[in-house]
Amino acid sequence: MRAIVAKDLTVVRRSKAVMLPLVLVPLVMVLVLPVVASFAPRLAEVPGASDIAQMLDTMPEAMQAQLAPYTNEGRLVVFLLVYLFAPLYLIVPLMVASVIAADTFAGERERKTLEALLHTPTSDTELVVAKLASGFVPAVLVGWASFALYTLVANVAAWPVIGHVFFPTVMWWVLALVVGPGVAAIGLGATVIVSSRVSTFQEAYQVGGVVVLPIVLLVVGQAAGVVFLSTALVAAVGIVFWLLAAVLLVIGVRTLRRGELLARS
Amino acid sequence: MKDDVVVDARALTRRFGETVAVDALDLRVRRAEIVGMLGHNGAGKTTTVRLLNGVLAATGGSATVLGLDPWRDGVRLRRRTGVATETPAVDDRLTGREGLTFFARIYGVPEVGLARRVDEVLGIFDLVDAADERVGGYSRGMKQRLSLARTLVHGPELLFLDEPTAGLDPVAARALDDQVRTLRASGATVLLCTHNLVQAQALCDRVVVLERGRVVAEGTPAELARALAKGGHVVIDVEAGDSVDPITVLRRVPGLRSVEAHDAIAGDGARRLRMQADDRAAVATAVDALVRANVRVFAVEPEAPGLEDVYFALHERARSVVAPPTPPAAAGVES
Ligand SMILES: Nc1ncnc2c1ncn2[C@@H]1O[C@H](COP(=O)(O)OP(=O)(O)OP(=O)(O)O)[C@@H](O)[C@H]1O
Ligand SMILES: [Mg+2]
Repeated sequence: MRAIVAKDLTVVRRSKAVMLPLVLVPLVMVLVLPVVASFAPRLAEVPGASDIAQMLDTMPEAMQAQLAPYTNEGRLVVFLLVYLFAPLYLIVPLMVASVIAADTFAGERERKTLEALLHTPTSDTELVVAKLASGFVPAVLVGWASFALYTLVANVAAWPVIGHVFFPTVMWWVLALVVGPGVAAIGLGATVIVSSRVSTFQEAYQVGGVVVLPIVLLVVGQAAGVVFLSTALVAAVGIVFWLLAAVLLVIGVRTLRRGELLARS
Repeated sequence: MKDDVVVDARALTRRFGETVAVDALDLRVRRAEIVGMLGHNGAGKTTTVRLLNGVLAATGGSATVLGLDPWRDGVRLRRRTGVATETPAVDDRLTGREGLTFFARIYGVPEVGLARRVDEVLGIFDLVDAADERVGGYSRGMKQRLSLARTLVHGPELLFLDEPTAGLDPVAARALDDQVRTLRASGATVLLCTHNLVQAQALCDRVVVLERGRVVAEGTPAELARALAKGGHVVIDVEAGDSVDPITVLRRVPGLRSVEAHDAIAGDGARRLRMQADDRAAVATAVDALVRANVRVFAVEPEAPGLEDVYFALHERARSVVAPPTPPAAAGVES
């Protein structure tokens, strides 16, 4: 089983189509975004930037309270780094899990190496667990590494404005430790289901991409001041995501019985 | 005695919707036997292998392979079998050595000695130099050799080879034949699906011919040839003169079904022809006709009827038997 995971990940590592998003997306999320955000107040004179400041006034009371201790500039930075980017961070584990799963499920079928694998003495369970682990473990690890890096970059970049270590908040710990892995599991489940219906890595990857939608909704909701990502809300979202993941995985794993894989032509 | 039967399929059947891929197949293979499975594209060879190795469930009948039920005891069974599939086994992004090491691990080759075993099979199939290159850069034949190497890496008791010679050069094909014989000598059993009749004839103790998922003929290559091939081929070497064309002469001989130039090159100043005669008398008449036409005959040699003759004879027969009579125009129009 470990042999399968090791092999899958070697294969994944050698594909540009897989590695490119795997490296670029986390870098943008954890480096580019926080650095740009920290410069936002200094660009406050730029037309449009003041709109963001006004937007803050429309935010829910609870968030206003959270932001109260900071200066005007600090408020903006904290809003961006802590709240607006929180759902964006979830794209990292989601994307890693989906891309790898698209390559190890649909990709393995596309490259036709699946049949030889089925003829080996691995049990159905081992095969499924190994394949899922190949996507899940890297997604969680990359997610946590990104969280660590984001923490560092956010604190350093925001230092001139805030002047003390303000990150991570409790909400972010819940986000990274509970919600992130849940989102990875959703990406995995969705991609496994999609992979059983399409024939190429590309299709699986693209169709699997629709699972970003709930995250985009969170971002928009946050920006519009409709939702406020309190710790309690994030924890609740985490539970819902894990339930959703469980449903998707159960459906997905059903498509992975040995006899059925070859019965489809 | 019972132990001696490695594959025992009884009325084994697999349907895919309307298609019956394997139709009440009866097949028994004894230990250390090399059995060839011949048949056209779509005859059901690959499906049979899948059923016998427990990666596809039968929809009817039963099978016992190495004493196990392939579907229920698949994991235990597959530890002892090896399958060279038609599809590639090793991902293009791995090197040959990585691919083999992976399969050796999954098949439970002990870690101690695993690397040595991988080197050994790489050597057998002449892949040592390319071992650390990505498989994506291999030629078709090299990929095929790699696929065979990985089928043998764990020393299976029962080997399924699904069209193993596709893309192999003669040297590699010879290496494969040698390996198969070595394996048999060590007590392993081989089921060889192939379109390569020459190989089947040279290698197999017994062949079964499938047609639409059914066994239509079974026996040693020689038995089948004797029973089914009508009229043998005769190879004839004649003087390569420019005055008379021997082929034209022979075409006029009654009782000869075909005359053609032989692919092989005859000696100096000679041409080699191949003809198919209905019987011995026709051969005599043919030689006589050549002599009368002043064509000197150097050699006349009967070719033993081969599996190829059997194959085509069977195919013709199957067509005439299976093809339904054309329905009268009025019937069945409404469907
Ligand atoms: N998964 C499947 N779904 C539907 N039909 C199938 C499936 N697998 C095989 N068949 C059908 O079953 C029949 C036998 O196919 P099979 O692959 O066993 O033939 P084969 O003898 O191996 O042919 P070839 O020489 O081309 O490899 C064919 O008609 C094929 O279309
Ligand atoms: Mg086949």
